[in-house]
Amino acid sequence: MSGTSRRPANHGTIANPNVEPERYEFEEHLTRAFALDRREVFRLLGGGVTVALALQSDAQAQESGRGERRGELPFEVAAWLHIDEVGTVTVYTGKVEVGQNIRTSLTQAVCEELRVPAEAIRLVMGDTGRVPYDRGTFGSRTTPIMSSHLRKVAAAARTTLLGLAADRLETDGATLRLGVGQVHHDASGRSLDFGELTDGQELLRTVLDNEAVTDPAHWTVSGTSIPKVSGNAFVTGQHVYPSDVTLPDMLHGKVLRPTAFNATLTRIDVSAAEAMAGITVVKDGDFVGVTAATPSAAEAALASIDAEWRSAPQPDNRELFDYLRAQVTKESQGDFGRSRSDAAGSLERGFDQASVIAEATYEVAYIQHVPLETRAAVAAWGENGLTVHTGTQRPFGVRTELAEAFRLSEAQVRVIMPDTGSGYGGKHTGEAAVEAARLARAVRQPVRVVWTREEEFTWAYFRPAGVIDVKAAAATDGTLTAWEFHNYNSGTSAIATPYEIANRSIHFHRTDSPLRQGSYRGLAATANVFARETAIDELAAALGIDPLQMRLRNLNDGRLRDVLVAATDAFDWTSRSRSPHRGAGIGIGTEKGGYVACCAEVEVGATGTVRILRATQAFECGAIVNPTHLRSQVEGGLVQGIGGGLFEAVHFAEGRILNPRLSDYRVPRFSDVPELETILVDRPDLPSAGAGETPIVGIAPAVGNAIFEAAGIRLRALPLVPNGLPKRI
Amino acid sequence: MAATPRVTTINVNGADQPIDVDSRKSLLWVLRDDLDLTGSHYGCGEGLCGACTVLVDGTPRRSCITTVGDVVGRAITTIEGVAQGGLLHPLQQAFLREEALQCGYCTSGMIMSGVALLERSPSPSRREILRHMEGHVCRCGVYQNIIAAIQSVAETVPEEGG
Repeated sequence: MSGTSRRPANHGTIANPNVEPERYEFEEHLTRAFALDRREVFRLLGGGVTVALALQSDAQAQESGRGERRGELPFEVAAWLHIDEVGTVTVYTGKVEVGQNIRTSLTQAVCEELRVPAEAIRLVMGDTGRVPYDRGTFGSRTTPIMSSHLRKVAAAARTTLLGLAADRLETDGATLRLGVGQVHHDASGRSLDFGELTDGQELLRTVLDNEAVTDPAHWTVSGTSIPKVSGNAFVTGQHVYPSDVTLPDMLHGKVLRPTAFNATLTRIDVSAAEAMAGITVVKDGDFVGVTAATPSAAEAALASIDAEWRSAPQPDNRELFDYLRAQVTKESQGDFGRSRSDAAGSLERGFDQASVIAEATYEVAYIQHVPLETRAAVAAWGENGLTVHTGTQRPFGVRTELAEAFRLSEAQVRVIMPDTGSGYGGKHTGEAAVEAARLARAVRQPVRVVWTREEEFTWAYFRPAGVIDVKAAAATDGTLTAWEFHNYNSGTSAIATPYEIANRSIHFHRTDSPLRQGSYRGLAATANVFARETAIDELAAALGIDPLQMRLRNLNDGRLRDVLVAATDAFDWTSRSRSPHRGAGIGIGTEKGGYVACCAEVEVGATGTVRILRATQAFECGAIVNPTHLRSQVEGGLVQGIGGGLFEAVHFAEGRILNPRLSDYRVPRFSDVPELETILVDRPDLPSAGAGETPIVGIAPAVGNAIFEAAGIRLRALPLVPNGLPKRI
Repeated sequence: MAATPRVTTINVNGADQPIDVDSRKSLLWVLRDDLDLTGSHYGCGEGLCGACTVLVDGTPRRSCITTVGDVVGRAITTIEGVAQGGLLHPLQQAFLREEALQCGYCTSGMIMSGVALLERSPSPSRREILRHMEGHVCRCGVYQNIIAAIQSVAETVPEEGG
């Protein structure tokens, strides 16, 4: 191994047309499939009854990493449910819990079909040694895909248990029902424990994707607000986060960081550190780290290292947007990076038909996820290979990183993901895992590496910055006639306009980013919706049309119209009271099966302060699984959106981050939260979609448009008001 | 080199705990590494996120920027010491009832500050809650639910006292 530096993109990387290009971090590593055979299933899970879901459709197989079939099972396993020989029900999924409460919503899905209470089942999540392959927890895919998988295996498990019980009791399965760990025959009063049915069995049942499940209209568990699973452990401090994992004889590790991005080590003297008692210095190429019995001893040893780094000149954030525009990558460079476009009609004709044209450039800054728990990993080497406990949204992706870094087979690596202190798209990679494993290999003891906040701010990846050029046109009545949209670097999420526009030309231009960048909650939908919703507002203002009427005139999408009407009605948009220095604005968008409309009212103070007085947001994502947890996701997304919308921005120069700490990087706090009203639109007639991302997109344009109404100032960059507005005279 | 002063005992959750650490060591890391009390969390190291909050003689303190030498002889309460006799504190129950957590990483600190607030002011106004809790970050953004949790306990506490 030669350090932990990343390989350049486009070497053996995934080229998946179904993944948004702004998931730049995915290009850094190869992702492979993992399959198990029948013997392996029972070796792992023990005897009893196992129900596995076999995937057939291409799209779903892709989610489960189609491509490598090593075992006997003639399909890709997406999830399995196991009832052991004493009757304990355990469900295994590669999805992970980072606060979005999917441990709870997936439990609800299983309970619904198995007809047992939540406390009767246990979910094993994100342990690559025990769960079927999964690409990762991102893209709002858990609810539409994994939840549906688990419903199917649970439904099949139920019929399997009933069938076994019917045989045993020599009765009709229809006269039986499942209870907590038991099958009951009410007519005779007899009951059989699950364990009595599964003892001595090695029954592997596979079900196909077309297994019948309960119609959402008849849900009794899903659709209700059951409490957070294992909530007790979190409010008592007992939950073991990745940074809390402790192993016997564990040491603590620290890694020497370069003084700038892309710097190379030119000179190093580790003699002072090596002279300290209990310190091991590990040097492998540009990777330099230390281990010690305590974190403070490791820090002291690291501080004693004398190193010099050489770095080349790098752009700073003042020249960022010109730089991005100038660095557009040639289309020929790699499949994954191909720029994308969508065009229809004739722009020329559209602009000819217009009575107003709005042309403007919108910008979004790099921002950081700031997961409250920083990257952390505990690595241990044993006879069978490497085991790493770490907080990541892609345990199997991290397993691949580790296998590559240490030239192991994937079977020799196990990644375990304890429920983690958040991610927001920022924990798709395994830096701390690789570092801890490298140090642990050197000292032959388990090693824990926990990143400092400054490391997280500097060496994780950022949400891409972007520049968006919009030229939009409308007729006197507000009908949009032309739409030209160029997004540089930010990404393609929600780049397609939901408005009906006959003449349009929409492009994403990939560029070379000066900073390491990757996924962030909502991806580029935040940037694209901000630009689009601001441009619509600019046209409405130029035409003297009410922003709500402007949108309704051009919107045919019924679901988006429904949330827009729900939000504006609740906000009292049309008859709201008006006063000087106050203004209201709207922002709407749809992505990943979620539909959001946000109204915000702001007050602009004499000194240029901007305060969000109230926000009303309507959200719809199909059939609601857990109303309380959905509300948390929708409100949490809005609150996080206030940060990137109003004040968060990463500043950098000379390959260094200038504000890598909370004292220099402002995140939303209690006082930033406006009076919030959230309307959840339930559509039991539609499949459930995820809610972790799309609710973040509406607040920034709503606030920007509200500032325009309040102060007559049009803001076209995110964050909108990191330093407030100019003072009023 | 002169020996640095050592701390050999601190009182945590009602019991004296033997330790042997440099008095300048941060209380957070003493709790986590020397006493295996991992419910107090590292978030920023600057005292600005509140995830490491503990009570010292009943007052919320950011343990990451508090030296252990500073709390010798004083009563330290961590999240592990809030539930009594297996019974959750009313505010812990309220956090569960109001779903005042998502990833839960900030929760220990939020509860510690909330407990201190309710001790001092059993029926705090919304404004008082905001001012008191401003130093805490919930990056998942469920501030509304946290406020609701504190308020829900306040309503069940008699007006007088504090």
